[in-house]
Amino acid sequence: MTPPSPAIGVLALQGAFEVHARRLAELGADAILVRKPGQLAALDALVIPGGESTTFLKHLERTGFYDVLNQFVHSKPAFGTCAGCILLAKEVTNPHQPSLGALDIAVERNAYGRQNDSTILTAETSLPGGSLEMVFIRAPRITRISNGIEVLAKRGDSPVLVRQGHILASTFHPELSDDPRVHQLFLDIVRSSTL
Amino acid sequence: MTENNGFGKQHDSSAGLRLKTGLAEMLKGGVIMDVMNVAQARIAEEAGAVAVMALERVPAMIRAEGGVARMASPRLIKEIMAACTIPVMAKARIGHFAEAQTLQSLGVDFIDESEVLTPADEQHHIDKHAFTTPFVCGAKNLGEALRRISEGAAMIRTKGEPGTGDVVHAVTHMRTIVREIKALTVLREDELYAAAKNLQAPYELVRMVAQSGKLPVPNFSAGGIATPADASLMMQLGAETIFVGSGIFMKEGGTPLDIEKSDDERKEAISRARAIVLATLHYDDPKIVAEASESVIGSMKGLAAAAIEEKNLMQTRGW
Repeated sequence: MTPPSPAIGVLALQGAFEVHARRLAELGADAILVRKPGQLAALDALVIPGGESTTFLKHLERTGFYDVLNQFVHSKPAFGTCAGCILLAKEVTNPHQPSLGALDIAVERNAYGRQNDSTILTAETSLPGGSLEMVFIRAPRITRISNGIEVLAKRGDSPVLVRQGHILASTFHPELSDDPRVHQLFLDIVRSSTL
Repeated sequence: MTENNGFGKQHDSSAGLRLKTGLAEMLKGGVIMDVMNVAQARIAEEAGAVAVMALERVPAMIRAEGGVARMASPRLIKEIMAACTIPVMAKARIGHFAEAQTLQSLGVDFIDESEVLTPADEQHHIDKHAFTTPFVCGAKNLGEALRRISEGAAMIRTKGEPGTGDVVHAVTHMRTIVREIKALTVLREDELYAAAKNLQAPYELVRMVAQSGKLPVPNFSAGGIATPADASLMMQLGAETIFVGSGIFMKEGGTPLDIEKSDDERKEAISRARAIVLATLHYDDPKIVAEASESVIGSMKGLAAAAIEEKNLMQTRGW
């Protein structure tokens, strides 16, 4: 008998939640869209998508969602892209704003400029299978990492895909590329932590 | 593709379009608010707006005051860009590609080729493929939406009647587009050619919609949305994000709330902005929509769209 598949949520306060859910479904994991704090209790893992991190914070600060989410990401696997990465970081600049601190990095918001500076790059990654396409949209930049952080890909000198234990984060949008390796890595992290 | 405008980087069209619709994905499930100054932009961001639309006069004022409505002053747009961390959009007149070039050079995140402004060209919309900045355009029906997408629009907003606070036309046009999409999905392959002819839209896009059952770009809703329940209604009818124009910062006719001098009017604007953001997120939970509605102080008085003479409608601009 196969073990029950882990319950994965996608935070759906706003932003690119649908594209993440579609990608997870393609990889055989049906995701639950999470809009209320009470939904987290039933989940084994959570994806925090791109969107506007200020808008996420406004919603989270209502009705105690922030504290519940804070507990969740400190104990269970979470994967943040772009705004999600900002939310998971320990420190946020440009401007300073509250964050969950589950990942020991500092992040600068909108660090590469505005939408006209958004770009698609291909770079080396330590993930198996060769170089990785990376879609950057009004992207943040990781400006500091602690010793415990594993860097899986870089843009120039800046880490863009990082892992610390059960937390995975990217400053780009793997959900907007056809390459499923980053989501697959997250599913592997989830499966190994729920065994 | 982008040889002819001399601005920004050169993207090949498929990468360029992915970046454009990618930003539209990031705005889904949120509220985009019209703002006329830095103080309003701050209120919008603080309330949880996903983007602001910088403009000189909101539609209700344009309607009340008349005259030619043009692109906002670059000075105003730059001030608002400097004051917010969320994306800033700005409007260009239909067909006015020089206004659009100006907006792109300022670095706005999205350009709205908008019927709210006085059209600059009676035949041609802007060739939006020639820009790196993404465009949003209005549409009343599927054919119009697909014509704008073929010109390079990365986002469609179904048109309502702007500046009225009357949601009726936003509803009509959203229902029309959703119904026309559904109708395509049940046609035989060999019937799609005639469907393209009837829709006056490119066959390839018609075929794409018939196969996927949705527009190839995100579909947002705008025009006359003034209350939390209006936002919930449009989301339930299929909108992916809500534009609110005059519904937050106006009281009646062409008079804005005085958020700088009157504390009460400032609170009123904040209460409306927060309530619409909350109702858009929880659009399918009537209890939360009720709570949001209850928290609203005052409301835009509005103007029944049925009372507007045909020639004064904004939604019929563009084709």
